[in-house]
Amino acid sequence: MVADYVSTISRTEVKKLQIDLTVNGTIESHNVEARTLLVHYLRDNCGLTGTNVGCDSSSCGACTVHLDGEAVKSCTIFAAQVDGQSVTTIEGMAEADGTLHPMQEAFHANHGLQCGYCTPGMVMAATSLLKEIPDANEQQVREGLEGNLCRCTGYHNIVKSILACSEGGEK
Amino acid sequence: MIPVAFEYERAESSEHALSLLVEHGDEAKLIAGGHSLVPLMKFRLAAPSVLVDIGRLTELSYVRDAGDHLAIGALTRHFDVEHDALVRSQCGLLAQATSQVGDPQVRHRGTIGGSVAHGDPASDVPSALLALRATMIITGPDGEREVAADDFFTGFLETAVSETELLTEIRVPKVPNAGWSFQKFNRRAQDWAIVGASVLVDGVNVGVGLVNMDSRPVRASAVEDAVRDGASAADASAHAADDRDAPSDLNANADFRAHLARVLVRRGLEASGQH
Repeated sequence: MVADYVSTISRTEVKKLQIDLTVNGTIESHNVEARTLLVHYLRDNCGLTGTNVGCDSSSCGACTVHLDGEAVKSCTIFAAQVDGQSVTTIEGMAEADGTLHPMQEAFHANHGLQCGYCTPGMVMAATSLLKEIPDANEQQVREGLEGNLCRCTGYHNIVKSILACSEGGEK
Repeated sequence: MIPVAFEYERAESSEHALSLLVEHGDEAKLIAGGHSLVPLMKFRLAAPSVLVDIGRLTELSYVRDAGDHLAIGALTRHFDVEHDALVRSQCGLLAQATSQVGDPQVRHRGTIGGSVAHGDPASDVPSALLALRATMIITGPDGEREVAADDFFTGFLETAVSETELLTEIRVPKVPNAGWSFQKFNRRAQDWAIVGASVLVDGVNVGVGLVNMDSRPVRASAVEDAVRDGASAADASAHAADDRDAPSDLNANADFRAHLARVLVRRGLEASGQH
């Protein structure tokens, strides 16, 4: 019985597609099923586990990455949809020599993280926000973080961190 | 959560998308930004066996001044609608409603056409298009046809777009001098509207679209008639839930939704300059 079951599974092997992405400036090419989500492509195929899966239903923002420079939720995009495009993950934010991105530095300086699970998504959402509104004020930062949840409820210092990087925020 | 396996086809043009739909029939589903469809597939509430990706049809991403209306390509992302200078100046209600969809990440991917073609009664954009009396352009194997927003939403997650057709453009009348307001009641940022209302007051023309007040996006025509007949905002808004079959769920029962509709429509009318 078990053998029959196993052979049934192996017969229904799903066709794979070659998906090429530029991830943090490096060309990645992997054969994956069409149903592979971008977040799993990044974590399982590229080995970049900084991008987290939180709610897995496009609410919490822990999976936020940049797609061609804009924040998106990688749990709600099939890798096949973005074949050939450019993705930046949290691993691509610091300099090659380890110097932190100013936003990472601000989170560090302002205690912008507690457990840290939401942090990669917060940093990616925040940098995308400041690219669109370089002088974002507190209201704009809070609204810009609508798509990111912090279960530690550490929003105050997250907002403070982002304002430290904003041209319109308190220094 | 992993969706059921499917075959992936990328459309290179509108014609290619239509031929893929004809080839695969009701097994196929179109995907644009995917921010309505992918969650349904992950929850396995939808399991199309073929996904036709129209996300690369950049020729369907535009906002054009077409005289008395704006022509908006179906593949225009929420982010681009929300920030478009023409939409903001000519159809401010649509820009505002669009800015309340999901969150910034969702608006970077989701498209106006995808949101409309999904036909979700809880979605923000359809209410604005109903209030604005927009027209949908649907393209099929036999060419284009126009469907008024009123006739477009036919049931729960059902629209006038058939299996072998593609929503290609949305035409929105220009109303640069109209008063308008988008009202959305939810408990947490980013949540769907428990109830929402799009209100447009353009001289004698009044439009009121409701969010999450029936099985499909609907207009509050009783409110519009009352305003036209000279009723005050307070009196007209009392009719906001007339003839509506509002859903009951964990967020609100139908009675509470009816109350919210009356309050939000009154606020919307007042904010639009109708007292």
